[in-house]
Amino acid sequence: MTLEFFLGHVNYWLFIVLMMTGFYIVVSRGNYVKKIVGLNIFQVAVFMLYISIGKVTGGTAPIFPTNSQGKIKIDPEIVYSNPLPHVLILTAIVVGIATTSLGLALIIRIREEYDTIEEDDILEIEAAMAQAENDEHGSAMGGRA
Amino acid sequence: MATAVEVHHTALTLRDHLPILQILIPFCTAPLIVFLGYRSLAWPMAFISSLLSLIIATMLLIQVSDGSYISYHLGGWAPPVGIEYRVDAANAFVLFLISATATVVLPFALSSVAHEIPCKNHALFYACFMLCVTGLMGVVITGDAFNVFVFLEISSLSTYVLVSQGSYRDKRALTAAYDYLIMGTIGATFFVIGIGLLYMTTGTLNMADMADRLVGQGGNRTVQAAFAFIVVGMGLKVAIYPLHLWLPSAYTYAPSAVTTFLAATATKAAIYVVLRFMFTVFQPDFVFDTHILVWIIGPLALLAMFAASLIAIFQTDFKRMLAYSSIAQIGYMMLGIAMFSVTGLTATMVHLFNHGITKAVLFMAVGALVLRAGSTFYDRIEGMGRAMPLTGAAIVIGGLSLIGVPGTAGFISKWMLVQAAFEGGYWWLALIIVASSLLAVLYVWRVVEVLYLHTPHPDATHTEAPLLMIVPMWIAALACLYFGLDTRFILDAASTAADGLMAGSAGMSEISSAAAAAADH
Amino acid sequence: MELSTLIFASMVLPTLAMFANLIFAKQANLRDTITFVAALLTFACVVAIAAKVGNTTTPQIVLFEVFANVPIAFNVEPLGLLFALVASGLWIVTHIYAIGYMRGNNESHHARFFGCFAGAIAAALGIAWSSNMFTLFLYYEILTISTYPLVAHKGTPEAIRGARTYLGILLGTSIALQLTAVIWTYTLAGTLDFQLGGILRDNISPTLLPILLALYAFGIGKAALMPFHRWLPAAMVAPTPVSALLHAVAVVKAGVFTMLKVGVYIFGIDFLAETGASDWLMWLAAYTIIASSVIAMQQDNLKKRLAYSTVSQLSYITLGMALASQMAVVGGGVHIAMHAMGKITLFMCAGAIYVATHKTEISQMTGLGRTMPITFAAFGIGALSIIGLPPLGGSWSKWLLMVGSADAGHQIMIAVLMISSLLNVAYLLPVIGRGFYRDDTANPYTGIKEAPLFCWLPPAATAIGCLILFFTAGSIVDFLMPITGLPQ
Repeated sequence: MTLEFFLGHVNYWLFIVLMMTGFYIVVSRGNYVKKIVGLNIFQVAVFMLYISIGKVTGGTAPIFPTNSQGKIKIDPEIVYSNPLPHVLILTAIVVGIATTSLGLALIIRIREEYDTIEEDDILEIEAAMAQAENDEHGSAMGGRA
Repeated sequence: MATAVEVHHTALTLRDHLPILQILIPFCTAPLIVFLGYRSLAWPMAFISSLLSLIIATMLLIQVSDGSYISYHLGGWAPPVGIEYRVDAANAFVLFLISATATVVLPFALSSVAHEIPCKNHALFYACFMLCVTGLMGVVITGDAFNVFVFLEISSLSTYVLVSQGSYRDKRALTAAYDYLIMGTIGATFFVIGIGLLYMTTGTLNMADMADRLVGQGGNRTVQAAFAFIVVGMGLKVAIYPLHLWLPSAYTYAPSAVTTFLAATATKAAIYVVLRFMFTVFQPDFVFDTHILVWIIGPLALLAMFAASLIAIFQTDFKRMLAYSSIAQIGYMMLGIAMFSVTGLTATMVHLFNHGITKAVLFMAVGALVLRAGSTFYDRIEGMGRAMPLTGAAIVIGGLSLIGVPGTAGFISKWMLVQAAFEGGYWWLALIIVASSLLAVLYVWRVVEVLYLHTPHPDATHTEAPLLMIVPMWIAALACLYFGLDTRFILDAASTAADGLMAGSAGMSEISSAAAAAADH
Repeated sequence: MELSTLIFASMVLPTLAMFANLIFAKQANLRDTITFVAALLTFACVVAIAAKVGNTTTPQIVLFEVFANVPIAFNVEPLGLLFALVASGLWIVTHIYAIGYMRGNNESHHARFFGCFAGAIAAALGIAWSSNMFTLFLYYEILTISTYPLVAHKGTPEAIRGARTYLGILLGTSIALQLTAVIWTYTLAGTLDFQLGGILRDNISPTLLPILLALYAFGIGKAALMPFHRWLPAAMVAPTPVSALLHAVAVVKAGVFTMLKVGVYIFGIDFLAETGASDWLMWLAAYTIIASSVIAMQQDNLKKRLAYSTVSQLSYITLGMALASQMAVVGGGVHIAMHAMGKITLFMCAGAIYVATHKTEISQMTGLGRTMPITFAAFGIGALSIIGLPPLGGSWSKWLLMVGSADAGHQIMIAVLMISSLLNVAYLLPVIGRGFYRDDTANPYTGIKEAPLFCWLPPAATAIGCLILFFTAGSIVDFLMPITGLPQ
């Protein structure tokens, strides 16, 4: 693997690092809010991927100049960047915000009911609930699996 | 955005606009319910809207039942630039399933929701429900890859909300919804990465166009990575065996009406997306070359059939048992795909539908039991079969269909699956399939014994469920029996769909170019 | 009346009776009368069909198609007609007996009981008229499920356990093995229609043939071939009329009937004979015959002893199929009728003894014959018919099977049949011996009289039936001859 290859794909390396960072946070953190933060980083990494692939080296913003009649005048010499990924990511950002806010809203409700937002504590409470159910209704296999 | 619709300049009649109306009607109902804010209006509006969706879906299904396609250009922009809604036999079939389930579940939901969710949330609940319907149908109808993601998130976000509504009965619904949110979002993001990689390779988002440009790209690493991301991402939504962890809790703690709807439709829509990407976008040859079916999907499907069934046997809660049974049944559907033949795919499509109605019956019965017995733990529902004869009989019918006893819908799909195994020369697989249905006998019969042969629990109310629950339940139960005998509709639709899928994108691009030509005139 | 009308009427009438039982759950007399009338009409339908078509095979009546070339379809052919006659005819007898038994014994849930009973008959007739394997399989499963509540009737832990075994084995074998066999046959032959001479010739490699046959033979769990016979003794927890129904009228007969149908119309007896694919089945059937007879001898519980006797007798019919010679198959067919008549007599007698004395163990019945002479006389006649002594029906089927064994070149099977007869003597006659001849000094049965009229009349009637069958056996054989494919 040459340095050139590495530098040429630098946006992908950054994407992978960012994505795995986010993913790792989701998996490893016990705090529910931190999980959401991790999820955000994870999603943002994907946004970055999309935005970076829209960039054309030496390209400019895809704004087409118009002449006095209002007709679009395109100069074939000028290289434009691809705007479509940016537009897509606008949608994805909206989705991401919706997900985040819903996640946080759920956390508030969880906090109201469980009095904690730490996964370990919640698992403990749920294990106690499952144990109580098992005692009452006979044991079940599988648990939360 | 997909919803910003102008009238297609060549389309003049309402009939031409059916594909967009299919989405628009439930989509507009949702905010309308919220803005009007009358609790008493919410349900009728939701019901009328899903009934209209059902009518539209039926009309679409009839139009495409001969194997043709409808290509609808949003805003008059022809694909591949514009967003295209494309209806063929495969997705018209799934659209029909989703809208029919919504229409049947809503009457049931009226009394079930009133019992399980506080009044102040009712309007918002039905709004979310309609959004969920919109999202699922959008996922299915659209021919644009990024659009799939958007609709997927519409349905997922509303699903998380719907699941969390179970918190008024059991607070674990909240953590179930949270877990589902985390996993669902990871899945959806994986899916978007896959789409992004495909976009990088092909420079298009239209599925038909994408398929054209992917021909001969089988060795391309980017394409292979995209395929992996898409399959894993959707696999989370489908709940393919090791990716199923969100499902049992979400199904168990969600309100009964929500579980019914989700079990019958949500995973089915996701399976449809998997099929669409595997067979139309990536081409059967590519999928076959990568060996993913034989070495990954197939064994996982078998694992699901046995592991999940075994876990289901040892459950003490009827609802949770059904959740595990769903995972096992998804295994059957994935197995049909893995066999990679028209018969196998037909089996998958048929089982998609049949399992949908079967689980609808059973989860509606769960709702009725919750209403009368308080919960569905086996020791609470003892003897309820005699106290609630109609509900009990519906459970027996649904259970028999789950086992695959002849005369029920589940039998037809099992037959097709075993036939596919024999046709493919995998006779050992046929034996494995039937052996796994023996496990279904065990978990179903445990419930039947509890319902009929044990002495009733003293705390339970021993009266039949209200008519509004019984009628939808029995519509689904009779559908189970009807589709177990009269298979013309189901097999025709499924085999047309399977033929289309196995043909890859060949038929698809032809149609879209023809449609584009028509649009130019 | 049209043939199709008669066929459907014969299936719809019991179904209607089933619903009538559930609707008029509270009016016992009305319910029982309706069922009785339905039983009579059903039998009349079957007799009318018999009079109309004789022993010809009628064309299919297709209801609708389920899979390509696999419709729900019915027709009449000699074997099915014989089975239908047995099932619908004995329903009348069993119904009368069941009324006496259920009332005399103060059993609960009469409506459910008689309803499921009628449902089982409807399913049995569906099996009889099925013109392809798919339709047959459909009714086979309906029969299993409709009889499950009957076995679990008492609701005691023991009954639930028995019913679980019953359902587990029957549903399990049929779904796991028989269904596989059916679908396999379909993929091989492209059809599932019953055709004389079979549909598999030229479609299957000879090495796979025994495997497919095994899937069928074990898949038809109702035929109680060892090692899948456990359900039969387990089902003995059910009330005696149910045992009579299971053993003589519907369930086991449906099993061996299916076995014969598969042998004659799916494989074709000539094809089986040429390939020798059924040889292993013949040995297994022989083993079942002997082994279960030996087990029967060790049972003290009368119903259990009869159950193992049934396991043994059913394998006669399986043996007839497996021998794959014309006479053996006809012998198997005849044995359906002969064994039905004999075994139902025995069971109804066992039930009558239970109603009158509440005794279930043979060792408790010493000298009882003097108190209940009619019951014990009927039992004796039934037993002799099962053993195969003239002038009783059972002798003919055994004779035909022996001839068939010789035809097939398996003389050793004659020996098996003879040993089995001896074993029959050994486990059946002591019951009568104890009843009549072993007189304890003091008669312990004070205050016990003959069972109620409804309980002793039906077995007496069927005992006479055994006698009549001896003289009419010739016509039954003629009737069944077309299934051999020989010119008459």
